[in-house]
Amino acid sequence: MNWASSLLAGFVGTLLLTTLEAGAQQLHLSRMSIPYLLGAAFTPGRDRAKVIGFFAHLINGQLFALLYVAIFRATGEATALRGAIIGLVHAVVVLLVVVPLLPAIHPRMASLHQGPTELRQIEPPGPMALHYGVTTPLAVVIAHIVFGLAVGGLYRM
Amino acid sequence: MTTAIADYAIVGDGRSAALISRAGSLDWLCWPRFDSPSIFAAILDEERGGRFSVAPDGPYRSTRAYVGETNVLETRFLTASGELALTDFMPVLSRTDSARSMNPGHELVRVVRCERGMVDVAIVFDPRPDYGRRQPAIRTMGKLGLRVDCGGNAILSLLTDAPLGAEGRASVRLRGGEEIHFSLSYACGAPAVLPPPTRERSANVLEQTLRLWAEWASRTQYDGPARDLVVRSALVLKLLQYAPSGAIVAAPTTSLPERPGGDLNWDYRFCWLRDAALTARALFGLGHAEEAENFMSWLLTATSLSLPELHVLYDLYGRRPGRETELVHLRGHGGARPVRIGNAATGQVQLDTYGEVIEAAVYFVRSGGQIDRPTANMLCAFGHEVATSFDRPDDGIWEVRDVPRRFTHSRVLCWSALDRLCELADKGHLPKADVATFAAARDRIREEVETLGWSEQLHSYTRTLAGADVDASLLLLPWYGYCPADAPRMRSTWRRIRERLEIAPALFRRYHGSLTAGEGAFGICSFWAVEYLALGGGTPAEAEDHLDTLVGYANDVGLFAEEIDPESGGALGNFPQAYTHVGLINAALSLRDRLERGKRQAEHARTQVPEARP
Repeated sequence: MNWASSLLAGFVGTLLLTTLEAGAQQLHLSRMSIPYLLGAAFTPGRDRAKVIGFFAHLINGQLFALLYVAIFRATGEATALRGAIIGLVHAVVVLLVVVPLLPAIHPRMASLHQGPTELRQIEPPGPMALHYGVTTPLAVVIAHIVFGLAVGGLYRM
Repeated sequence: MTTAIADYAIVGDGRSAALISRAGSLDWLCWPRFDSPSIFAAILDEERGGRFSVAPDGPYRSTRAYVGETNVLETRFLTASGELALTDFMPVLSRTDSARSMNPGHELVRVVRCERGMVDVAIVFDPRPDYGRRQPAIRTMGKLGLRVDCGGNAILSLLTDAPLGAEGRASVRLRGGEEIHFSLSYACGAPAVLPPPTRERSANVLEQTLRLWAEWASRTQYDGPARDLVVRSALVLKLLQYAPSGAIVAAPTTSLPERPGGDLNWDYRFCWLRDAALTARALFGLGHAEEAENFMSWLLTATSLSLPELHVLYDLYGRRPGRETELVHLRGHGGARPVRIGNAATGQVQLDTYGEVIEAAVYFVRSGGQIDRPTANMLCAFGHEVATSFDRPDDGIWEVRDVPRRFTHSRVLCWSALDRLCELADKGHLPKADVATFAAARDRIREEVETLGWSEQLHSYTRTLAGADVDASLLLLPWYGYCPADAPRMRSTWRRIRERLEIAPALFRRYHGSLTAGEGAFGICSFWAVEYLALGGGTPAEAEDHLDTLVGYANDVGLFAEEIDPESGGALGNFPQAYTHVGLINAALSLRDRLERGKRQAEHARTQVPEARP
């Protein structure tokens, strides 16, 4: 296991993913903000949540890069194409499995059934995060494919 | 029937503002910024603009006031069966409060409470984003409230405990002590935060907002004539200051007519350099140094972007505003077409802006600020621009849209720019200033103004060089230090301005011309007259009389538009207008200084032992 390479690949991949997401927000394609959602789990303040979330997102990226590396090792090769395919699967899992679970696991996310409370006020993402904009699933898929491309392309076995 | 401009009051949060009528109707709101497309614009078209109204369902009489020295508005409706109190505000929280709780970035809270008896409340929620060009469906999201797509992936959410559905209309019967809560919020660029529409949450955020405004207002250092209106004016300026950049918009509205039913309708959601010095003086003068310094920071950043030329106006981030266009689908306020967005004055030349910016920098220095090297270089570059181009014709302070002229006011402001630069250089703030060039140009300008800008026939300074008419902007000559207020030429000019431009006691027009035909008295010009008297052009009693008359033209909650209708006393033009409120503050500050000087002199005379008479 090449730890240094994994760290570098994970860092670059996460940075690209974050940049693409931020770009999608700036271009009004999506209101999905993973750093804000992650940070809001720790603090209610919007600005502080974004800062904490950014660092949590970087750590998450490293953990996911390790998972990608484990798959590369198991399949015997690390390439950009293989990374992109894993990224696509990753995105599908996020959209179909993780996103619907968010209202249940996020301590500050409101749910459609209970409505907002004093503690839980963040708008839930809805099916495939469509509440955050109809192009959100596309933005999520592209960002994760780019993450996989970067990790697969940069990791040296 | 069209709601009169004076029947509106403003609430805001330093990023955008809403106008709410005496009838409880939210008729103007642009989110997320002052200059964003409107979401509610019934003020410009009652049918197509969109509104959010909460009022008794039947005849009533209403009164309203801000809660103490805050920007929280309370409207009371008296009906035959009971009394309602409607509280409107945009939450403004301290850093500590906002870090402790979740809040939408852009929110307007409305709470309606039945104080006594029983009242049926009619609710109309009819948002029309993009200046009424969109009429999106209201979607019900179950317990997550109502949702409206504003385009560009932005959403408007309304959470309420009233039984309001996708049709956007409801009638609710309230009994004594019962309340309905509304949280209207806007989200773009991040997931929405949806506050629960509960009594506890509304009360909590109201208490935090009241506390913050009251603390801010208590820092106003003023104890003189018309104190209530001076503090209200400071609160208006604070509302109109775009907090992220420090820019102050001239007004939060567009196209409210300066001439009833007429075509003098402009977009004022930008920042004019002509207001710079007067605004800086007003903020520093009231002790709001933080706001003044933020404004100066915006001013110096904006002007450095166009160095060495200055534009007439800039947007909230110091950029050139978009081109002027007409919204032909909107009827306009009271049928006054066209409704314009953007402002064509951006392409004009106003030489007076150099004087304004440099004078503002001088206020900054006098208040303890330090000029850094890039700013010093920039000011010197402005000085060279003025010294080489002061004799060009320009469009003048009133942005006349026909042919450029050689305005006396512009010349005097060029004189002021060069004189202040020489003063700054003399005090060591501008080590590289070409003082000899600046002083030579300054002296040439004075000579020109004293010969061509003075009419022996009229016995007055004139509107344009070699002209034959006056202009209210000439009242500012003593303010800029060009001449004493009691100088013979200035006194004579004052008499001529009163004779030609005073259209009702204490109310002054700008000048005579095709552009001003049918328009009302200009608020700022009328306050300049007070200030002229306070600076020595008249007695303190005369200045106080003028000020007393003028403050009587404020609407019931202390707000001024750009102009005052001399017949009805009503408001004309964009509303509320920062420039008019700046004029009120400055006039009051000058009058206070004059009164205090008088007191000190009287005290000095009282305590001195006179010389023995022979």
